[in-house]
Amino acid sequence: YSGRGLLVPSGHLVSCRVLRKGQPWGRRPSRGPGWGRLCCPPSCRPRVAAWLSLCRRSDVLVLTPWLAPIVWEGTFSPEILDEQFRLQNVTVGLTVFAVKKYVAFLRLFLETAEQHFMVGHRVTYYVFTDRPADVPHVLLREGRRLEVLAVRSHARWQDVSMHRMEMISRFSEQRFRHEVDYLVCVDVDMKFRDRVGVEILSPLFGTLHPAFYSADRRAFTYERRPRSQAYIPPDEGDFYYLGGFFGGSVAEVQRLTSACHQAMVLDKANGIEAVWHDESHLNKYLLYHKPTKVLSPEYLWDQQLLGWPSVMKKLRFVAVPKNHKEMRSP
Amino acid sequence: MAKLLKILPGQCYASHKVIVLLLTGITFTFHYCYWNPKSQHLKSLLAGTGTAVRESHTKYLQPDALTPSRRDVLVLTPWLAPVVWEGTFDIDLLNAQFKLQNATIGLTVFAVKNYMSFLELFLRSAEKYFMAGHRVNYYVFTDQPELVPQLPLPGGRRVIVLRTQSHQRWQDISMQRMGAISRGARQRFLKEVDYLVCADVDMEFRDHVGVEILSSLFGTIHPDFMAVSRYSFSNERRPESQAYIPEDEGDFYYIGAFFGGSVAEVYRLTEACHQAIMIDKANHLEAIWQEESHLNKYLLYHKPTKLLSPEYMCDHDLLQDMQHRKKLGLSNIVRRIRIFALLKNKEVKSNNASQKVQSTDGR
Repeated sequence: YSGRGLLVPSGHLVSCRVLRKGQPWGRRPSRGPGWGRLCCPPSCRPRVAAWLSLCRRSDVLVLTPWLAPIVWEGTFSPEILDEQFRLQNVTVGLTVFAVKKYVAFLRLFLETAEQHFMVGHRVTYYVFTDRPADVPHVLLREGRRLEVLAVRSHARWQDVSMHRMEMISRFSEQRFRHEVDYLVCVDVDMKFRDRVGVEILSPLFGTLHPAFYSADRRAFTYERRPRSQAYIPPDEGDFYYLGGFFGGSVAEVQRLTSACHQAMVLDKANGIEAVWHDESHLNKYLLYHKPTKVLSPEYLWDQQLLGWPSVMKKLRFVAVPKNHKEMRSP
Repeated sequence: MAKLLKILPGQCYASHKVIVLLLTGITFTFHYCYWNPKSQHLKSLLAGTGTAVRESHTKYLQPDALTPSRRDVLVLTPWLAPVVWEGTFDIDLLNAQFKLQNATIGLTVFAVKNYMSFLELFLRSAEKYFMAGHRVNYYVFTDQPELVPQLPLPGGRRVIVLRTQSHQRWQDISMQRMGAISRGARQRFLKEVDYLVCADVDMEFRDHVGVEILSSLFGTIHPDFMAVSRYSFSNERRPESQAYIPEDEGDFYYIGAFFGGSVAEVYRLTEACHQAIMIDKANHLEAIWQEESHLNKYLLYHKPTKLLSPEYMCDHDLLQDMQHRKKLGLSNIVRRIRIFALLKNKEVKSNNASQKVQSTDGR
């Protein structure tokens, strides 16, 4: 990282002050030959050369209207961020649910996490499962450990999915807040193939759903029935966030998961189930409690479905091909 | 706790309900105290600013993930701190967020000796443009409390006059501000406000300066150094000084006239700068740009969580550049002049009014 100016090369004259030849730069100490070029009469138009090009992504939005960074490759320096977080000695908790047949995904998930997830930092994997005996033994690096947490399973996969909110909320309360600084909550049927690091950490973050990052809000698959707690009207919505990758500080994740769980309980009592289950409720929550960071679809992608568009400079965390019907059967 | 939660559904034993309510109450209180953003460093980062706050259903345009807000400038630092420029933020959204937090903002300003003459314009313009609609405490540090203008202020905004000592040299007046703010933060600001903004008095607010600037720790880009390489930053280059920064280091050059953040973070910054100034003094050193040099040292190694563009600190020369570009039909990178630095030369700063030091940079 070169620490240059704030501007991109434009060929135009940028900030310029009149400097008479031989005179030092105002009362600032002159820095030797060459820097006189920074200050010249309007007619000379210095080319604002490549060394000013810090803005490495001019093809995407990198800041939400509420000033939360949107994390894309090219927006951050891994070295600066790793150093910042190492100084704080953060511990990151990664929650994953491997219920019923989904235990089969654990080995690849954990092995690739060891290579790409928060490398160099302290990590605790929280594996929620109804089959503790089937959790694979994966060799972990120093400073990283795995906790198996027993949970019940459900007959319906929708219930398995939604139950996660209650479990995360409960365990945040009971133990996560004592053990980790940040929580990252992800789906298990995935693998890491590139860096997923401290650049994602923030009080509250969500991830842009790969199928909707360029869609109009009216096309978002929000819950549209006003009877449901997850209802969002067609003229509202910032982004469509993924149910399979969210997180933040333990306190904020606890608040989010608890709110979603309560909302789902209410829906159930009213005999309604949101169209995309916990994901619908997550979207409702994040609309009215804006995340402090948003992750680009680099952070959860499905190459089989969506290919590899040029706007994605990296595919960091990707879906593992699976047979939905088979996995979701009892 | 888990067992209690498990047996709750379907059972209605009154005693269990009471225990659960009690425990919930205790947990809630514990949560609030534990996660209070006014406490420790990591906690203050984790709490963040403007986070997770329920807000009213304001209608606004959908953000577009494939269209950048500004193509001509950097809006995000490599450590993912936003750089606040016109066009990057929606003020209604941010106002809604901060209103729900019921945040109070403290604005510190020093009006010592002849700088008192700037105070009225500073306060009047702040009343017009600074944090409109939010609760504000103006902390006016002065050696002449009787001269502080009495301005009519709406509810939720007040002026608090704090006595401070004056010095013979303007450099000493400038540097002692760090110690004064850090003392003030410890003694009262922590209890009275959520955020502190520390400003020079020889400035005028000319356009909106609002909650978009608020963050754990923010600095403002010096307008003279907007497009400049780090080798050209006017950092302190003598290794003997506490403010020393080597030539190959430095992200941006921040101006000493406008910085701030949460009270805790501003306390840390001002205390660190104050200590560094004292150490330099004991070694018979004075950093080249006084407390500004120390500020830059601090912000290099404690990266700010937001940066303000030079919209937030324009000076005469930048204004001339902008006007010149406009005449040539060129677009301007600085689209709004929010805060204007009034002082054109050093005549007011010098000890003797007859010593007018000529400077070509407008300060």
